[in-house]
Amino acid sequence: MKRIRQFAGVLLVAVAVVSLGASLFAPANYSTQFRDDSPNAGPSHQHWLGTDDLGRDRFSRVLYGTRVSLLLAPTAALLSTLLAALVGAIAGYFGGTWEKLAMAGTDLFLSLPWLFLLLMVRAMLPLNISAFASVAVTFLLLGLLGWAASARVICAGARAIRNSDFVLLARASGISRARLLMLHVLPNLKPGLLAQFWISIPVFILTEANLGVLGLGVTEPLPSWGSLLRELESYANFSNEYWRLVPLLLLVITVTSFQLILTRDEAAA
Amino acid sequence: MFHLVSRHILRLAVTLLLGGLLAATLVRFAPGFDTDEQQLDSRLSSESIVAMRQQRAAHGDVLKFYAGFLGSAITGDFGQSQTLNRPVRELVIERLPVTLKLVGYGLLVGWTLALLFATTATMARVAAWDLATTAAVGLVLCIPSAVLALGIVFLRAPGFLALGLIVFANVFRYWRNLLDKSYAMPHIITARAKGLGTAKILFWHVLPVSATQLLAVAGVSVSVALSASIPVEALCGIPGIGQLAWQAALARDLSLLVTITLLVTMVTMLSNTFSEVLGQAFRTQAA
Repeated sequence: MKRIRQFAGVLLVAVAVVSLGASLFAPANYSTQFRDDSPNAGPSHQHWLGTDDLGRDRFSRVLYGTRVSLLLAPTAALLSTLLAALVGAIAGYFGGTWEKLAMAGTDLFLSLPWLFLLLMVRAMLPLNISAFASVAVTFLLLGLLGWAASARVICAGARAIRNSDFVLLARASGISRARLLMLHVLPNLKPGLLAQFWISIPVFILTEANLGVLGLGVTEPLPSWGSLLRELESYANFSNEYWRLVPLLLLVITVTSFQLILTRDEAAA
Repeated sequence: MFHLVSRHILRLAVTLLLGGLLAATLVRFAPGFDTDEQQLDSRLSSESIVAMRQQRAAHGDVLKFYAGFLGSAITGDFGQSQTLNRPVRELVIERLPVTLKLVGYGLLVGWTLALLFATTATMARVAAWDLATTAAVGLVLCIPSAVLALGIVFLRAPGFLALGLIVFANVFRYWRNLLDKSYAMPHIITARAKGLGTAKILFWHVLPVSATQLLAVAGVSVSVALSASIPVEALCGIPGIGQLAWQAALARDLSLLVTITLLVTMVTMLSNTFSEVLGQAFRTQAA
């Protein structure tokens, strides 16, 4: 299992390096249209994965799209983990009314089915916005709405620490509550927070892909895995146009790698 | 039992009230709430435009807006869909049975597959079978539900199969772990050592022991299935609540979307309550 995890880690790093260097590796910009070639062309020396409906190089778009998804899903995960740490640690450590209020809020968020909630909030923001604004909106929403399940886990961890002997001893020695929280409670919650961060990344990647296929994710011309997968809607023949499945393959490889690496972090948490 | 049910009903009412308030606040402060495309219609007289503006302004206070919404909702009036120009109630009544049927079949397929694969994997303990099921489940979990739905469209298979696969993948790992734990219990090891039949052990000893937790996981999977119904219905062309929510989101039909979200929340919470009550009944019977 260790070897498989190492292999998954190497794959993930390779995908990340290639996508981060998209401007170096990609033969063209993601929005450049090749008018001399026919749109929807098959693979060639010039266009390794062919061109899309608008004559844009598909390989370049996959690289840039991977960069968007791979950079922003961890950012959204970081945001949601920070929110979860804030809500969970305060609720678990202070207990009483704080905990009841925080858990009621968490229950409220968890009762609303994830995709319905996301769809509702996304629809409340303008849909006709620039591509870069749509990236920010999509991943900001994921980060702001995806904290509830993690907060519950962190709260349970903080509650356990609150009742531990070393915290009792620290309180008896007169340390202030804020200092205790910052110096002793939060560092002990680190493994749980790390696990929640890693768990959130594949969830957010998949959610963005779902939103993209439904036309509510990152807008054109900027590519993301979601918008690239949207092309599959017009997919007619698997055996003749297998190159169109490359974004899906890349997404599956990345999410699987995350899941494999996760098994160790989950155990650590 | 009575306390459990009343506690859940109270929780449901509070969640719906707070969820409604949250939704109403979001709707009120959503960009473009104060504007109305109809006001640009050159055929309208100035009096009509003033009346429309006054009607919009009356919704300015969130609490008043929400109280008005609640008052109408109690009488069964959930407002008018701006894009489809039809009462929300009518649209929901028309489409809810389609979604319930789809989700029902999907859950049935998912739970059956999960129980079948989890029991065989636990009982057989063949490494290759274990690896194959885990890999298959892992693969389904790594594919976005929208892509699974597209695959189902491509194969011309019924939409509930996509939901079934999603539910199966989400439930399998938990059920497998639960059954593993149950099979490791001393009285079940004794029963196996005494040569009791596999089916007898499963139905008389294993399932009753883990029924409460199995049901809890099943309850949670309803929410998963309802969420997945959006891409499945939207891409498979099934005219249910999920498709309606997607159309409402694309057209920014907020009143419709809020009503659907609250309705789906209610269904989710009711299913959780039902699974917990059933679990409690099992516990009582076992005691």
